[in-house]
Amino acid sequence: MNLDLRELYQQVILDHNKNPRNFKILTNYNHFAEGYNPLCGDKIDIYVLIESNIIKDVSFVGNGCAISKSSASLMTTILKGKTEEEAKQIFENFHVMITGKLNEEKSLEELGKLAVFQGVKEFPARVKCASLAWHTFNAAVKNEKTVTTE
Amino acid sequence: MAIEIDNNEKKNRTFDIDKIRNDFPILKQLINGKPLVYFDNAATTQKPLSVINKIESYYKEINSNIHRGVHTLSQRATVEYEATREKVMRFINAENLSEIIFTKGTTDSINLVASSFGKKFVKEGDEIIVSQMEHHSNIVPWQMLCEEKNAHLKVIPINDSGELIIEEYEKLITEKTKLVSIVYVSNSLGTINPVKEIIKIAHSKNVPVLIDAAQAIQHFKIDVKELDCDFLCFSGHKVYGPTGIGVLYGKQALLESMPPYQGGGDMIRSVSFSKTVYNSLPAKFEAGTPNIEAGIALGTAFDYINSIGIENIFDYETDLFNYANEKILAIDKLIPIGTAKNKSGTISFILDGVHPHDIGTILDFDGVAIRTGHHCTQPVMERFNLPATARISFGLYNTKEEVDIAIKSIKKVFEVFI
Repeated sequence: MNLDLRELYQQVILDHNKNPRNFKILTNYNHFAEGYNPLCGDKIDIYVLIESNIIKDVSFVGNGCAISKSSASLMTTILKGKTEEEAKQIFENFHVMITGKLNEEKSLEELGKLAVFQGVKEFPARVKCASLAWHTFNAAVKNEKTVTTE
Repeated sequence: MAIEIDNNEKKNRTFDIDKIRNDFPILKQLINGKPLVYFDNAATTQKPLSVINKIESYYKEINSNIHRGVHTLSQRATVEYEATREKVMRFINAENLSEIIFTKGTTDSINLVASSFGKKFVKEGDEIIVSQMEHHSNIVPWQMLCEEKNAHLKVIPINDSGELIIEEYEKLITEKTKLVSIVYVSNSLGTINPVKEIIKIAHSKNVPVLIDAAQAIQHFKIDVKELDCDFLCFSGHKVYGPTGIGVLYGKQALLESMPPYQGGGDMIRSVSFSKTVYNSLPAKFEAGTPNIEAGIALGTAFDYINSIGIENIFDYETDLFNYANEKILAIDKLIPIGTAKNKSGTISFILDGVHPHDIGTILDFDGVAIRTGHHCTQPVMERFNLPATARISFGLYNTKEEVDIAIKSIKKVFEVFI
């Protein structure tokens, strides 16, 4: 198989696509937003529980490609226990990475598991797939009801 | 490879696929190191060199505004632009040149009718009929009109194969129905609708019919007199011509009874602050300087099609479609969306457990360009309870070898998503 293809669809991505984590509606949440990717028809709902500035719980449901689904899944596992500020910083680093503007090894290290999405930078059309969940999370935290990636 | 077409009236023509492919410069390139297989023709078709050259020579030799100059260049540009109108008239067998209105494309054509016909003939409580398989461009203009006029949009349902349910259509027509607007060939399902029958039923109740021929005009012969449609729309860029130019055909009496769409230059006979007199057809509906080079090059696109013969294109594409349909549908775990008996140009499908966008990306690695998404037909996606499909759509330059490449690539999707 093509190496670039394997670079994009890494095993971790395929695993989260097949078995998404936190793929459910939270019964106890205080932030919610729905994200749309109008050109693709993708839709994702994000539920967040924040207490004392700490993200206690986060989940998602929705429909999308392997990149968007696995990105949402990985995001939920990473954000739990972080502060809002930490979450914001992670998204910034993540966005810089998938748009191909990352040049420091250090930042890549900080991204940890999210580094599996670095192949996305070779596919400009798929950047919005990888970032949909994050944009929606941001909207939820800011109490905006809906967000689109167009 | 040359396919002889052994039909008496076509005996002097051959469908020389190698020569045809050679006419399209864009097909000669590599994408991701592989020869381009362009299977997104329902979105837009590629352009033959003659069309590309025409746009260039227009700007190098005759660029000037049309319908308004006594100087030589303006006359040359006007003659060439108007020549396209005549080519379109002949191609669809319209009665006269007044019936051929140039627009920006199919969307613009439908908006023109919704706005102008709607203004004159649609009143509160009236009804417009469309179908569940319409492109958004044949839904939203009518929704906007209905909202403005307090009228109602009624929808012909489709069955599990993606065919219109004609009995339901017959029940929808009432004395309040003002127009039926229907797609000839579905862009997301490939279904060819029985438009002649649909028109006959509507006419029996004195209801005019608009046919969206955006996915039909490039694949088979359309004769507006034989169909007896009241309006017909298509886009230049889907019939091997440039973007930004399209056609609205309308029966002359109907067009004459309708008010202008936009006001401005070209559409008037005289202007004064006390009284402005509108121009006659077709100028009445063509306000402002149009996309001149696209209009001229659309004529070149029809010359190109005529040089091959639309009947020959139909025969070749039918053979290609049947080959592709059989082989693609035989792929394990592939589910076709749209299995109408009568289909043209398009094969839509999903793969069990794989999102269409991932299919599109993986095929692109092999140089195969397909469309993935809702194809601007979200009601169709809703009908089949899907977020999206993958769509292969054909043009006259596609080959069976390209179908085989795509099939190999589709099978590769399962290697990634085991």
